[in-house]
Amino acid sequence: MSPSLTLDRRSFLRVTALAGGGFMLASYLEPLDLLAQGRGNTPPLDSNAFVSIDANGIATIVAKNPEIGQGVKVMLPMLIAEELDVDWKDVRIQQGDLNPARYGGQSAGGSFATPSNWEPMRRIGGAARQMLITAASQEWGVPAAEITTTPGRLVHAGSNRSAGYGQFAAAAARVAAPDPATLTLKDPKNYRIIGKPVPGVDNHKIVTGQPLFGSDMKLPGMLYAVYQRCPVIGGKAVSANLDAIKALPGVRHVFIVPESMGGGSMSGVAVVADSWWYAETARKQLQVTWDNGPAAADSSAAFTAKAAALAKEAPHNTTRKDGDPEAALGTAAKIVEAAYDYPFLAHAPMEPPNATASFRDGKLEMWAGTQQPGGVVNTIATALGITPADVTIHLPRMGGSFGRRLYNDYVVETAVIAKTVGAPVQLRWSREDETRQEVFRPAGYHFLKAGVDRTGKLVAWRNHFVSFSVAGAPPAPATPGGQPSGPRPAGSSTLGAAEFPARFVPDFATHVSMMPLGVTTGAHRAPGACAISFVMQSFLDELAHAAGKDAVQFRLDLLATTPIPLQQGGGAAFNAERMTGVLKLVAEKSGWGKRTLPKGSAMGVAFHFSHQGYFAEVAEIAVDASKRIKVNKVWVAGDIGRQIINPLNAESQVHSSVIDGLSQLMLEITVEGGKVKQGNFDEYPVMRMRQAPAEIEVHFLTSDNNPTGLGEPALPPILPALTNALFTATGVRVRSLPLTKHGFSWR
Amino acid sequence: MAVTFTVNGKPTTVDVPADMPLLWVLRDVLSLHGTKYGCGSGQCGACTVHVRGRAVRSCQTPVSNVAGAAVVTIEGLSADGSHPLQRAWETLDVPECGYCQAGQIMAAAALIAARPKPTDAEIDTAMNANLCRCGTYIRIRQGIHHAVRSVAATKTSEVK
Repeated sequence: MSPSLTLDRRSFLRVTALAGGGFMLASYLEPLDLLAQGRGNTPPLDSNAFVSIDANGIATIVAKNPEIGQGVKVMLPMLIAEELDVDWKDVRIQQGDLNPARYGGQSAGGSFATPSNWEPMRRIGGAARQMLITAASQEWGVPAAEITTTPGRLVHAGSNRSAGYGQFAAAAARVAAPDPATLTLKDPKNYRIIGKPVPGVDNHKIVTGQPLFGSDMKLPGMLYAVYQRCPVIGGKAVSANLDAIKALPGVRHVFIVPESMGGGSMSGVAVVADSWWYAETARKQLQVTWDNGPAAADSSAAFTAKAAALAKEAPHNTTRKDGDPEAALGTAAKIVEAAYDYPFLAHAPMEPPNATASFRDGKLEMWAGTQQPGGVVNTIATALGITPADVTIHLPRMGGSFGRRLYNDYVVETAVIAKTVGAPVQLRWSREDETRQEVFRPAGYHFLKAGVDRTGKLVAWRNHFVSFSVAGAPPAPATPGGQPSGPRPAGSSTLGAAEFPARFVPDFATHVSMMPLGVTTGAHRAPGACAISFVMQSFLDELAHAAGKDAVQFRLDLLATTPIPLQQGGGAAFNAERMTGVLKLVAEKSGWGKRTLPKGSAMGVAFHFSHQGYFAEVAEIAVDASKRIKVNKVWVAGDIGRQIINPLNAESQVHSSVIDGLSQLMLEITVEGGKVKQGNFDEYPVMRMRQAPAEIEVHFLTSDNNPTGLGEPALPPILPALTNALFTATGVRVRSLPLTKHGFSWR
Repeated sequence: MAVTFTVNGKPTTVDVPADMPLLWVLRDVLSLHGTKYGCGSGQCGACTVHVRGRAVRSCQTPVSNVAGAAVVTIEGLSADGSHPLQRAWETLDVPECGYCQAGQIMAAAALIAARPKPTDAEIDTAMNANLCRCGTYIRIRQGIHHAVRSVAATKTSEVK
């Protein structure tokens, strides 16, 4: 009997797709509750969807998550391939389309892929291997327990038989799937793939310029679109010189989208042309009457003034209170008081937001680089008046994201434009669109007061954090046992109640006041932490100096304090021992306190816990008389658990995080009347090669914890490590970013 | 207007406005998507190609300027991805997101054609105009040195 006859329809289709290539491992797994663990209500996984093996033993493994440069397209297949026990050279990786029913959750964000997939992906691979073993045991008439594998081969030592996986791929399709909970996974000391350096799967395409990214898509008859939104963020297009624009060269369609179509999309004017350049050129002659909306009241300078005024008033809210901080501040031996702030930021991915869509016969097919493809299907269906089942989304590689593409505004806009013009369309934002129509990292203002006792121990801490609420939004509901109903916090603008040094200072308070904000804000690589680390670790540095203690020792002493127990739902558990480990390691590797540096040079230290990762970093800088900063070297020590899955990519992610964080120190987005002042890279100068550190030394401390993600947690500490070094080098304590405000620049 | 030039050795004629930037001729007219748009104003280097052997910003090059010229894009840097820089980039795993890397490689190829053994300082100067938001600068620098060494090693073995 042909094996394909026993397969379900979906498997049959996949065998057909492999025509000429042999057989497929059609190993349909029963619902795997275990695999669904921690995935909320996402459907169970199915190894058939992830692994197929042809007659030559080539394993095709689906990479389910969107790739933004974090290396997930290699990392997840490595986990499957390890337990499948194949040679990496016999693995082909295929990007999965959006299909949560087959693949479970498909998103990129929060450094979440490693912790959520470490167990299930290995079990998928292990299940497929077990089915091959079962098939061989039936054919050979030997107990399955006597069959072992070497990469890509089944071996029965007792009868001196062996066969490649390809030989049993078809038979394995008829084997019942094992209960994944019964699988014995490899002893890590036997790993052949996990822990080995594996280069990016798309590298060859990248270096030879083959189509790969979303903006590389080209469909027959495709038109190119630009979309002019209101310069005042969130405003609406009322009317425009549509006829004049339509008469310009290459222009095919010009129309107003009067309202948001959901999903963060905004009103605007679409210009659709034969080439993106025609569309972009024509757009420059657009004359639009706008209804500016609520963001017109927003201005960076006014926020700064208002925050200072609010800091003098009673706070709107208290989100944490331990002991009696006011009394403790009254009796502390030394008091330090300081105001810190940081600006709005744009993500500035090298590839500006774009998507490609084709709407035909009531169905939409899209190629959308998005970190959250699953989140946009229903929005698109509603906007287009079709059912979610009629929306197909392919997941091309993204040219960076840093959190920008967690928001699907441009994806919805593309779908709407494609349906309206009735032809395939690629919408591409310009660089200026990207900078000005962002989902910004929110600014924030911290008014801090803290005290140390006679022994130099931190005993009291008060922070009045002035942040933002969404202008015009209905109040946020009360949280159970927590906050009363109140203004809805703007995206990514909150401060966790357990944020360090909370719990490690006996008398401690966090107060929050909010200002209404019309500008859109949201997650930015290491959301929250990328801003808060600068504040907390700089202020701790001030306290260390006030206490007359070494900056590392002061922090070690603080970490050695018995913490106040974590409240239920009070935030992620912070393990002081793990942080102590990386802080000691980075001090040792950098020669902290043991090296004499020339005048104008100094080292600074900081640590931060975010996204389940523990990172401590030291920056060594030199500052010249013109306040130009050279970053000589950065040392990084991180603890993300017991296993670094791909050391080659792990080092890259840390380099990237450090350079991204340094970059942020010189950047700001300034809002004036709801408009963003900056446009291109001349006004938003992200770090260049000559400014970047010549060397970043990366060390991982392995601890007996499940591996966690690395896209984000190495970023936050570098900002305060650098500003703390700047204080030691120059005596200037930077409490307000960017550094350009204080006359500093990169050398 | 009709403009004739060669792209990766192939004679090509396009009928487009004289001021249309080469970048959009390559991408939207000729469907060569390896050359990327990053800023549209010559500040990021993602669109770097070679015109008459020199690295130029294709987003700032009107197509009329390349009439009669030889244009080389990342697709034509080598027939099969075997340029020493391409090999080095793969070996050292330089790309993260990869979007800027075609421009980085084209800029680096022009550098090592002019300075076969560049110092770190020369690399920083030549490559400073090419942005990488992922911050792969350390590996880009290593990649250039790696490519230079591989060329030197090949020449040595040819002598033997």
